[in-house]
Amino acid sequence: MKVKYFAWVRERVGKAEETIEPPSTVRTVEELIAWLSGRSEAYAYAFEKPKVIRTAIDHAHVKSDAAIAGAREIAFFPPMTGG
Amino acid sequence: MTCPVTIRIQQDDFDIAREIAVLTQSRTDIGAVVSFSGICRGDEDSANISALTLEHYPGMAEEEIRRHADEAVSRWPLNGVTIIHRVGRFLPGHNIVLVLTASQHRQAAFQAAEFLMDYLKTNAPFWKKEESATGTGWVEAHARDDEAAARWTRS
Repeated sequence: MKVKYFAWVRERVGKAEETIEPPSTVRTVEELIAWLSGRSEAYAYAFEKPKVIRTAIDHAHVKSDAAIAGAREIAFFPPMTGG
Repeated sequence: MTCPVTIRIQQDDFDIAREIAVLTQSRTDIGAVVSFSGICRGDEDSANISALTLEHYPGMAEEEIRRHADEAVSRWPLNGVTIIHRVGRFLPGHNIVLVLTASQHRQAAFQAAEFLMDYLKTNAPFWKKEESATGTGWVEAHARDDEAAARWTRS
């Protein structure tokens, strides 16, 4: 699946997007964040406060217990500040 | 009743008078147009801001705005909606966002414009980065914006 990062999440991870293949034991957004956090210090820093991170699956906002099965694109970002 | 909805995300500036003219041309059913402009301020919590950079999530930003525009159209008797959100780097005084709502009467236009702005601020994937004399930093979301959006939630 494709993963995108925005704003300070992007800056901390150090890239705007990538393709990942998490193991099948990673089933929810929460579990994906935990799995990503274990990849390196950069990811751990980006996701150090998982409750602050907002997630979208295929362009729609989802909660942290949402299933990631079948997702084409998952995006992680801070609370939005547009307008 | 037809209600054309125009949504644009662009770097270029917008002309409010022109956008209102486009929304109302050849229409005789519109009795009210409400216009909201969001403008880059030169100060934030008494700190001087030299510039703002707006980042967005292409694709989702348009879709999320569209969902809220559709909801506004279903909740109020609107005759037209225009939403323009700029992205890029802006100096104080520059336009950032425009919301136009047209209706037969003013109440629907006022309420729909407020609803759209409250949801744009909390749910549309845009992020602001500030530049000031002390450096650059991402703008933090305000609880007051979440509260403003929450009052439109229907139980």
